[in-house]
Amino acid sequence: MKGNIIKYAQDNIDTDVIIPGQYLKVHDYAELATHAMEGLDPDFHSKVKEGDFILSGKNFGCGSSREHAPIALSHSGIKAVLALSFARIFYRNAVDGAFLLPIEIDQDAYNAISEGDEIDIDIASNEIKNITKNQTYKMKPFSEIIGKIISAGGLFKYKPDQD
Amino acid sequence: MNIVEKILARASGKSKVSPDDVVFANVDKVMMHDVSGPGVIKVFDKLQKQGISVDKLWDSTKVWVAEDHFVPSAEKVSAENIVKLSNFTKRYGIEKHFKYGMGQYGICHTISHEEAMVMPGDVYVGGDSHTNTTGALGAFACGLGHTDVAYVLLNGKIWFKVPETFYFKLNGKLPDHVMAKDFILKIIGDIGTDGGAYRTMQFGGSGIDEMSVQSRLTMCNMTTEAGAKNGIVEPDQKVFDYLTRRGATNLNLIKGDSDAEYEKIFEYEGSELEPVVAKPFSPENISVVREAPSVELDKCYIGSCTGAKYEDLEAAAKILKGRKVKIRTEILPAAISIYQRAMENGLLKIFLDAGVTVGPPTCGACCGAHMGVLAKDEICISTTNRNFPGRMGHIESQTYLSSPLVAAASAVTGKITDPRDLK
Repeated sequence: MKGNIIKYAQDNIDTDVIIPGQYLKVHDYAELATHAMEGLDPDFHSKVKEGDFILSGKNFGCGSSREHAPIALSHSGIKAVLALSFARIFYRNAVDGAFLLPIEIDQDAYNAISEGDEIDIDIASNEIKNITKNQTYKMKPFSEIIGKIISAGGLFKYKPDQD
Repeated sequence: MNIVEKILARASGKSKVSPDDVVFANVDKVMMHDVSGPGVIKVFDKLQKQGISVDKLWDSTKVWVAEDHFVPSAEKVSAENIVKLSNFTKRYGIEKHFKYGMGQYGICHTISHEEAMVMPGDVYVGGDSHTNTTGALGAFACGLGHTDVAYVLLNGKIWFKVPETFYFKLNGKLPDHVMAKDFILKIIGDIGTDGGAYRTMQFGGSGIDEMSVQSRLTMCNMTTEAGAKNGIVEPDQKVFDYLTRRGATNLNLIKGDSDAEYEKIFEYEGSELEPVVAKPFSPENISVVREAPSVELDKCYIGSCTGAKYEDLEAAAKILKGRKVKIRTEILPAAISIYQRAMENGLLKIFLDAGVTVGPPTCGACCGAHMGVLAKDEICISTTNRNFPGRMGHIESQTYLSSPLVAAASAVTGKITDPRDLK
């Protein structure tokens, strides 16, 4: 899966900036996308392209349980968020709803990847290739259940009884 | 096993579970509100298009619905969401729908304990991150998103990774001027907003035994701000009394085994704790009130699931009695039952005499929705739970989080004030 990086070099990007509370009443996915990241980066909507990835620091998506957050990013075109760590509800919402891939990376990869870099993520080999810089990094493998839900295409398509 | 492991083992039909095990737990209760409900309805629509049946819920008697975020309806989109909720509960025969304007209603996490919706030992999930609150009753209470709540509504179970548990031990009771809010803010300041990530935060010790159920609710409520999966207190006689007064029967006061294991134990001395605030823009940005910046406040907000239970209003009334507020102050009791008690016991008169605007139960400005959101550069002291940028309104507004005692004292002076320093 290839895409370009939009980097927010900070920790604790919370759901209030990913999609501000005033839009919680909105359930039109396309409209939510127009307000994605509005609390942090008002230019996000105009610059994001289909297939882009977000790169950020630790505790990405902390705050509320609003599924609006992964929905707004996903419907903006974001296919994966790469971060040092994730807040738990954002992480499971992203996976269970099959909105985007939450990819945990280490500090070295975080430091090495820059805004605009073209990245190729291979979850089968847990490798991230930086095409722009000709580098390769390891991603943290998904836990067994997360891997299975992702391959199934979301929680509703995952059949635990067939394990 | 500790209490959380015992609950998850029971709910998943296993004799033993350990941290990092993945279980599919049977759910005892599930809640949604006017924000997560329409989100769940949207998931149902998608499922239907994919040929997955949404004709029947797993058990509509275990589902309950609150109206809290944008009520009384703030404008037409939120009004339509309330209609969607009503149609949903009618279609699926959900009887426990707390509607505004029809007797008891309020913030979902307040209704969950005021109406004894959650029992000790339950696995309770809800479409809101502060579902954690009722861990104070001895439940495994956990917030989920729309997809997960929809899954529970149709299947009655959901996957969990069994969490590691941090145990926070409070030795001795809190001084009179220190509230549970100060203690949980202090903990978040110590461990950070991801300090409890993926874990349970369990509270115990003589100071927690001494604490009222309402104070323990405040503790568990804000485990969310430490990134935790949930918070829990082992249920005792106080919980038994609290719930039986509200009509509950057949309570199981489940406790952990004597050889229960915890990942880490943190100890605090009650007598050493002080009133604190969380400065903008993070709940971990803690300062002792007496060392807080000397800013001119514009507003005081006493509301939310965190800071508008009856006990919180009583604390504010103690300060505001016979005094006047110097800045705009709103008090929004978190449920109608609390509003009514506040009226019967004279609290509303104290508030109105002090110049406060008393509003209806709602999440309101806590999440920047309505009912007093902040303008650019406005500074607010608030009994709510988060102060991220833009949380209560404009992205360049600022919120200081505090206990109701500190908030009320600050409303009187217009500056961040330790209740002990009020003349």
